[in-house]
Amino acid sequence: MSERAFVCRCEDVTLTEVEHSLARGLATVEEIKRYTGLGTGPCQGKECVALLCRILIDRGALTAAAAQPFTARPPVEPVTFGSLAAAPDPVGAADEDADA
Amino acid sequence: MSAPASGAASGPAPSPMGSPREPLPPAVDVAIVGAGIMGLALAYHLARAARGLKIAVLERSYLVSGASGRNGGGLRMQWGDAGNVRLMMESIDECKGLAQALGINLWFRQGGYLFLARSEAGERRLVRNAELHAEVGAPTRLLTAAEAQAIVPQLAVDDVRLASFNPEDGVVFPWPFVWGYASQAVRHGVALRTHTGVARVEPGREGYQLHLSTGETLRARRVVNATGAWSHALNRDLGIHLPNRPHRHEILSSEPLKPFLDPLVVDLGSGLYFSQSTRGELVTGITLRDAPDGSDTALTLHSSLRFLGHISRTLVRLMPIVAGMKVLRQWTGPYDVSPDGDAIVGPSPGHPDFIQVCGFTGHGFMMAPAVGRLLARYMADGTAHPMLARWDPSRFARGASRPREDMIIG
Repeated sequence: MSERAFVCRCEDVTLTEVEHSLARGLATVEEIKRYTGLGTGPCQGKECVALLCRILIDRGALTAAAAQPFTARPPVEPVTFGSLAAAPDPVGAADEDADA
Repeated sequence: MSAPASGAASGPAPSPMGSPREPLPPAVDVAIVGAGIMGLALAYHLARAARGLKIAVLERSYLVSGASGRNGGGLRMQWGDAGNVRLMMESIDECKGLAQALGINLWFRQGGYLFLARSEAGERRLVRNAELHAEVGAPTRLLTAAEAQAIVPQLAVDDVRLASFNPEDGVVFPWPFVWGYASQAVRHGVALRTHTGVARVEPGREGYQLHLSTGETLRARRVVNATGAWSHALNRDLGIHLPNRPHRHEILSSEPLKPFLDPLVVDLGSGLYFSQSTRGELVTGITLRDAPDGSDTALTLHSSLRFLGHISRTLVRLMPIVAGMKVLRQWTGPYDVSPDGDAIVGPSPGHPDFIQVCGFTGHGFMMAPAVGRLLARYMADGTAHPMLARWDPSRFARGASRPREDMIIG
């Protein structure tokens, strides 16, 4: 059996990679997201961020009271360009070409 | 976007990339405020060009928290002004050896930029640009709609009148640039302090006194303002009035697909641009008129449904096949907009030792590899790159500012 333990299954981020981040002085959820890509796949962190927080707490880099997920980005779930294109425009956005 | 830096993490003895606990000396020769790509590329080159110089970089948040971590990662020579074309030729050339120099995978991929013109005015711009690029030596060529479609078969080109293509333009993954410059700057002796803001700056007997958010003070003979869209506050402390202003720009990325799109495509009329990252995601943004509530000139980084709808409608018209592709996430970054479209780089009016490297109007990331090098050279021995005269922060007060560039996208 492989020794590798995955923290983020969407992006194949391993425990070792999280530990490398810590060794380089990157000890917050936002930094580790950006250094390893953790949480940027299809689940957008819903599965892995709690686990990352727990690792950081276990290693003394974070307290449970201060644990926060990274900034949530819309949409909540993946949505197709086609359905977004068909949705009514909420405020009458600028659809005409600016052009030149 | 994924595992961008894991390649670097597997090497021997990873070097640190700054921290909130990095010790700062009481005084430095150069304090760089802002650890975005501009500040870090400058620190890296300056530490190498002027050995022995004490340099500190101060970042109020974490690395990659600002515009350097929020942009689309495009690099192009296809500009409308010869100075910008030459500068970007230097920058793209610098990128060719940069992954090796910085010891990190930058995901630099030269798939070209494909510009589409659907109006007579747009067509004229592309023709004029291609003539200019030929003079300067950039390998841009004009294409018919059918030739454009041969490069991107999924494009709807019915109303495309003309296209232009430069095979040496390309895309990168922005995050590892910042990590790479940071770790190499630290390796060359730069003190990189994160999570530490500059609350106030005041002139001292020799240089400046920086009052930090941690309660510490730092004396610096010269200070560089590399805070981009946030630069106004520091300038105001010193009574430096510059006209650059923040502008919200939104962008999104899709679920990853197998590689199918080589170039970054720009539709001139709508300001839509899209590319496929090396990881497979479609990364796309668009020109969007300011929201009527004024929120687009404030420094807020919220996401809007207005953007999501507008870009989806425009993109699906131009690339019908993406209708079934899913959006994974959208985010916002600030442009630091200069009124004439030219950056604001060099000594500040009335403050020769307070140096600006701001005002890049949404295109700072692509220019930074060249700018870091040329500004370091100027600060080390006074050698002035031709762009510095034009980027002079004092030009506005002299009434010498004039827009020369019409290829500002987004």
